[in-house]
Amino acid sequence: MTTTLEPTAPVVGKAPARRRVPSTLRHGAALARRGIVKTIHSPEALIDVTLQPVIFLLLFVYVFGGAIAGNSADYLHFALPGVLLQTVVFASAGTGVGLAEDLKTGIFDRFRSLPISRAAPLLGAIGADLVRYLTAGVIMLAFGFVLGYRTSASPLAVLAAFGLVVAFAFALCWVFTALAMVVREPRSVQGLSATIMLPLTFASSVFVPTATMPGWLQGFVAVNPVSRSADAVRALLDGAPAGGAAAISLLTSAVVVVIFAPLAVALYRRRT
Amino acid sequence: MHTTPALEVEDLVRSFGDVRAVDGISFTAEKGQVLGLLGPNGSGKTTTVRMLTTLLPPTGGRASVLGHDVVTDAAEVRGRIGLTGQYAAVDEALTGRDNLFLIGRLLDLPRHEAKARAGELIEQFGLVEAAGRRAKTYSGGMRRRLDLAASLVGRPEVLFLDEPTTGLDPHHRNEVWEAVRTLADDGVTVLLTTQYLEEADQLAHDLVVLDRGLVIASGTAAELKSRAGGRRLHVRPELPGEAAMVAAIVASDVGREPTIAPSGEVVVGTSDPLALRRVEERLAVAGIAVAEIGLRLPSLDDVFLSLTGQATQGVPA
Repeated sequence: MTTTLEPTAPVVGKAPARRRVPSTLRHGAALARRGIVKTIHSPEALIDVTLQPVIFLLLFVYVFGGAIAGNSADYLHFALPGVLLQTVVFASAGTGVGLAEDLKTGIFDRFRSLPISRAAPLLGAIGADLVRYLTAGVIMLAFGFVLGYRTSASPLAVLAAFGLVVAFAFALCWVFTALAMVVREPRSVQGLSATIMLPLTFASSVFVPTATMPGWLQGFVAVNPVSRSADAVRALLDGAPAGGAAAISLLTSAVVVVIFAPLAVALYRRRT
Repeated sequence: MHTTPALEVEDLVRSFGDVRAVDGISFTAEKGQVLGLLGPNGSGKTTTVRMLTTLLPPTGGRASVLGHDVVTDAAEVRGRIGLTGQYAAVDEALTGRDNLFLIGRLLDLPRHEAKARAGELIEQFGLVEAAGRRAKTYSGGMRRRLDLAASLVGRPEVLFLDEPTTGLDPHHRNEVWEAVRTLADDGVTVLLTTQYLEEADQLAHDLVVLDRGLVIASGTAAELKSRAGGRRLHVRPELPGEAAMVAAIVASDVGREPTIAPSGEVVVGTSDPLALRRVEERLAVAGIAVAEIGLRLPSLDDVFLSLTGQATQGVPA
């Protein structure tokens, strides 16, 4: 390697003007941009939000569709809202894994040694992930359309369904952020996240009507927030009244945020 | 008039559970000084740097950077320092240029200034060709240089370098050293931690030697060397098997028992400048062929050995 280190400009000079009150949001946005660029450049992260929804939908519709609903087309109609939720929920687990990786490399030390709010890197990570969830959701819906999914729901109802899904994923990503602060090892975070998410998404009304499940499981499914959210998203996308389920879903998301966001931030601050 | 020192550390303590990683250390660094924190692994160097850079709250004592307390005035400290840690803290998924641009944006530089500053540093650190590539593809030396560049985006007045060359090969190490010298010439105050005596000797004006969380010595490299005792007489016979005979001759002349290294080198401390000539003559009379003979000042390695009773690691070749 032939490189030189000759200075071409004085290193010390007039310090650049810094605004006295740095805005957490502005810094969070700059860091979110980093997260988005990172996703675009990282094949695994990109597959998480692009190919994975497509594969999920194909598998569920054509493997289970006929057996569960008699034919693939009917099952597509039943499953798409749930698989949409499931995809985005799985993507939210990626927040924890990504944070655990960042914390390992020492780049957070650099961020924390800068005159920016300590919450900015966390906000940046989560901001970038909201973009990922939305991408995954849009791809899922578009691919569903290609497979023949049609809805009579108003655009407003579709937007509301998206809002519910993203709100739910946003709430969950605080859980995974807190988890990442405690567990630390990216691989363990990934494994634990899957262990938590699989029963939550499968023991729910996401993939099948719950009538054939044993009673104890129906009890769990009924209180599983993933079920309530899936019901709400399904109702919204069907153009059916979703009031009750939607309210429960939003309330659950709000409760999770109220508990886990401060916890995650406290753990993050303590973690050095 | 009293000027504010760049770094002022007083009885600084940090405990982790029962372990006192830093056990009440004190030192100061004047502006523009390159101060070396020298010590083996686990001596408290990194913990000290983390406290001074506001990443870790002290358990006791106080520390200030340019007059700003690292606990009560942490935001002010962060605005004036740069940190390059032991592990290159760059984002591997971003290009070199984007890494520097991001830091500029986080320091509230307007877009065009952040871009210009990134360009300046890329040129200064010889990363022009690699600037558009993602940091993942960089060699270890390039990553360190990018890391160093990232810590300079905000033109810090005090720069902390925590073992900046650990794990680098000699070529890349020299590149980093050269960069540090350039910074020091420009008046940046540098606190450098290292376990390599050679690095401390090469870069630092003043040294603070840490061992098990305590300052065991401080001063210039020359002062520390003179503290380790006078000159040393070294003799290495052509045939290592004759080392014992050489040692006997040296011992009878100097009056002290020398040490014999595995290489056959015989070493003894002496303050008598004439010992060299006498020993040389007696070896000639005894018919012992000598590969190397001389009087020399103790190296920092000798200093460290005499201070801690424990050898530090040499710089990996």
